[in-house]
Amino acid sequence: MSLLHVDDVVVQFGGVTAVNHANFEVDEGTVTGLIGPNGAGKTTCFNVITGLQTPTSGRVSLDGRDITRMPVHRRSRKGIGRTFQRLEAFGSLTVADNVRVALDIHDGFGGLFRSVDNDIDEMLELVGIADYANERADSIPTGTARLLELARSLATDPRLLLLDEPSSGLDESETEAFGELLRHLAGEGRTVLMVEHDMDLVMNVCDVIHVLDFGTIIAQGTPAEIRANPVVQKAYLGYEDAPEPVGAHARTDVGDSGSDSGPDSDDDTKVLAL
Amino acid sequence: MTAFLSYTVIGLFTGAAYAIAASGLVLTYSTTRVFNIAHGAVGMVFAFVYWDLSQRQGLPVWLSLVLVLLVMAPLTGVFIQRVLTPGLGTAPVGVSLVVTVAILVGMIGIATQIWPENSAARSIPQFFQGDLIHLGGVIVTPQQVITIVISAIVAGGLYVLLARTRVGTAMRASVDNAELLSLYGGRANVVAALAWAIGTSLAALAGILLAPIIGLQYYDLTLLVISAYAAAMLGKLTSLPMTYVGAMGLGLAQSYVVGYLQDIPGHDKLGGLPACVPALFLFAILVLLPQAPLRIGQVKGIISAPVPTIKRSLVFGVLLVVGVIVMASGMADSTLTNVGTAIAYSILMLSLVLLTGYGGFVSLASFAFAGVGAVVYCKVDQPNLLGLILAIVITAIVGAIVAIPVLRLTGLYLALATLAFGQLMDQLFFTSQWAFQFDNPLTAHRPSIFGFSFGREGRYVDLMAVMLVLVALVVIAIRRGRLGRMLIAMRDSQAACGTLGLDQRWFRVGLFAGSAGIAGLSGALLAGLRVTISSSTFIYFNSLILLMIAAVWGVTSITGAVIGGAFMMYLPVAQSNYPTYAGLMFVVVAVGAVILGRNPNGLTYWMFRVPGWIQDSLYPVLADRYPGLALKARAFEVSGEEDEALVPVDAADAGHNSGEVTSDVVASR
Repeated sequence: MSLLHVDDVVVQFGGVTAVNHANFEVDEGTVTGLIGPNGAGKTTCFNVITGLQTPTSGRVSLDGRDITRMPVHRRSRKGIGRTFQRLEAFGSLTVADNVRVALDIHDGFGGLFRSVDNDIDEMLELVGIADYANERADSIPTGTARLLELARSLATDPRLLLLDEPSSGLDESETEAFGELLRHLAGEGRTVLMVEHDMDLVMNVCDVIHVLDFGTIIAQGTPAEIRANPVVQKAYLGYEDAPEPVGAHARTDVGDSGSDSGPDSDDDTKVLAL
Repeated sequence: MTAFLSYTVIGLFTGAAYAIAASGLVLTYSTTRVFNIAHGAVGMVFAFVYWDLSQRQGLPVWLSLVLVLLVMAPLTGVFIQRVLTPGLGTAPVGVSLVVTVAILVGMIGIATQIWPENSAARSIPQFFQGDLIHLGGVIVTPQQVITIVISAIVAGGLYVLLARTRVGTAMRASVDNAELLSLYGGRANVVAALAWAIGTSLAALAGILLAPIIGLQYYDLTLLVISAYAAAMLGKLTSLPMTYVGAMGLGLAQSYVVGYLQDIPGHDKLGGLPACVPALFLFAILVLLPQAPLRIGQVKGIISAPVPTIKRSLVFGVLLVVGVIVMASGMADSTLTNVGTAIAYSILMLSLVLLTGYGGFVSLASFAFAGVGAVVYCKVDQPNLLGLILAIVITAIVGAIVAIPVLRLTGLYLALATLAFGQLMDQLFFTSQWAFQFDNPLTAHRPSIFGFSFGREGRYVDLMAVMLVLVALVVIAIRRGRLGRMLIAMRDSQAACGTLGLDQRWFRVGLFAGSAGIAGLSGALLAGLRVTISSSTFIYFNSLILLMIAAVWGVTSITGAVIGGAFMMYLPVAQSNYPTYAGLMFVVVAVGAVILGRNPNGLTYWMFRVPGWIQDSLYPVLADRYPGLALKARAFEVSGEEDEALVPVDAADAGHNSGEVTSDVVASR
């Protein structure tokens, strides 16, 4: 039974299409990879699923229920958690307080009568950053901050976790431990959807992989199937080695940072109209 | 019908002038993402410059226009962009608002300094005065025709510039992504400077065209920014055609209101309505704007001022109250009034600490809320605790009502809504018969609480000091608790808070209401202090000064608020003592705010660092030179919750956060 259903989603920024009729499903209890070249629209897909970006058209459903128009915070209450490619830790708070805020938000008024200190320790232990508990979050290394975002998201007890390039900034042994953590989370019955560039990690950990290119799903299957898929090889190698054409570079910024910084304006369009 | 046509002509003229100003605002905002609140003030100053050149110095009109529009205004624009506001586009909205409000205050300071109010009346004659044009019974002045024609030329010129030239293409590209533009060889800096040069020149042009009609005055022309952004908002600050539509619609609406209001019974009570049309127009647009997406990729942690523990704050609070009681017993009444005013302003500053310092939102209407509190307190006429509580609660409700329309929008719009609200209160409510009417002071009775009467000046000031301490304790308690953590989290990343399940819209309304409530208390106490109080105490310009001073002294700490409150009281005193330098004082404060506005902790932050600096830098030197002195370098403790308030730890904390990992910080780990 699929938990998440992305149905024919299109996202356009001005005249550029970042996500172009993307279709995919994520099954409950799996670790699913979402891979693709830079600018393929992966982060934009995440923004659409979490509600930070309204799709131009298409549907997103969770458990068969349409959530396309649901506000961000309500989706979180329905069990969608995420981490960010560009860090969104609460920099002025300590690592422990980052998790504490998440627990406070999640508990609502019920949390007033409950000490959360044990929960915080537990979360930080789980992702392996307990040593940093009293550091300010803007002073810790990038990899650690990514783990902090994961711990913070876990504090809201999500069913579906969206991880945006979680392993960047981690060294080899940390990445290995992180892979085990992902399997552990899946073992607990959580569903993980992950954008990731570390192919070893993706191939070792994921049950299913979706490949996104130019905003469209071009392949899906098990790691072995994806590895053998000639279309995927072409899409990937075409970008990894060869210098990118100018147009493709522009796409990169629209799809990735564009979708990241796109909504950071105070209005929803940044195009100066004539 | 003739009347209708006449009103239409006037409306088109006003709309054309608004359109010129608004397109300048759109150009500067969309290329650099710095919203220039001072846009109208810049227009005002250049209208004065133009008057000075063409009337006082007697230069030919064409030469004055060339000097102002093609030389001085563009240079000023480049100066503002390059020197005063570089890099603000990526800073939190609050910071760029504070800095541009500072520019606004500075501009008014410059104008009042160079062209003081008391000298002979100044006026700019209309272009080709006297040559009236008769169009089927409607009289049209050349000024009107010229303005409408110029606005069409500006529209055409901007279209050609943006659509047909390389630099125009670069301008549109820099709207999308300045970093990307520079990657592709576009010089984002040149583009931004050019946009500001043109934008400022357009502000000056609008000011010069409007000055003959609305008069050469400091404040009326400054408020042109409200009309301009109301128009620009229809185009979401990015679309020039929609901006023109908005400007024309606004100009016509205003003209019809002026024209037809006198036919409506009871119009004499709505004398301030025409001036409020832009603000009302703006509110309507804000309500209709679609939901803003949450910001991603914002600035991260902000260096925080130390937050004392409740225990420590209590000690300081008691000391402050005792100090005031002792001092108050021996003071003359006039001095007591000043002390009381400083306390009231400090409480008002605390409302900003909560809203701006902790929450990251900017209010440009603090004094309007204080005024609501004062009116409520006077009208309810319950000189006891109930009266004060009602003033707080009702002002808080008003605050919520202001915030609700902009619930779905981001900080910039909230700030603009407060500016519009401040102007509405100024023009419509405070002057109405429900409030102060036209400078008709209200009488407030000083309260008696639990049988204690606070009628005497000294006693009342003691009461105010107690109130200040209570409010400060509440603010500190909020900051240290769950709510405070959530506020900081929301300031650091709204997107993350959203994905963690926080409904920030109502949180924001609550924050705004709380802040307004504190402002209401301040106003009520001020009314009691002055016994009779009039609307002039609460003019909107004071809110801008308050924000300036908050930026200078720091808006993240109670200490900053108290010092800032005293400063706010002292500024007008100093200005009336040295009237020749009154304008200059505004300029000095404004320059301070521009410099310090980027760090919300203000001067207080540096004060907190002094003891640490003395121990770190001075003690070792002294100890070297005079070995006999028993000077110890400071001892470091693990920065736990309870120790947070100790200065050494805070200073270490601060140094550490600003990235200077000094050896003592390493030692403290």
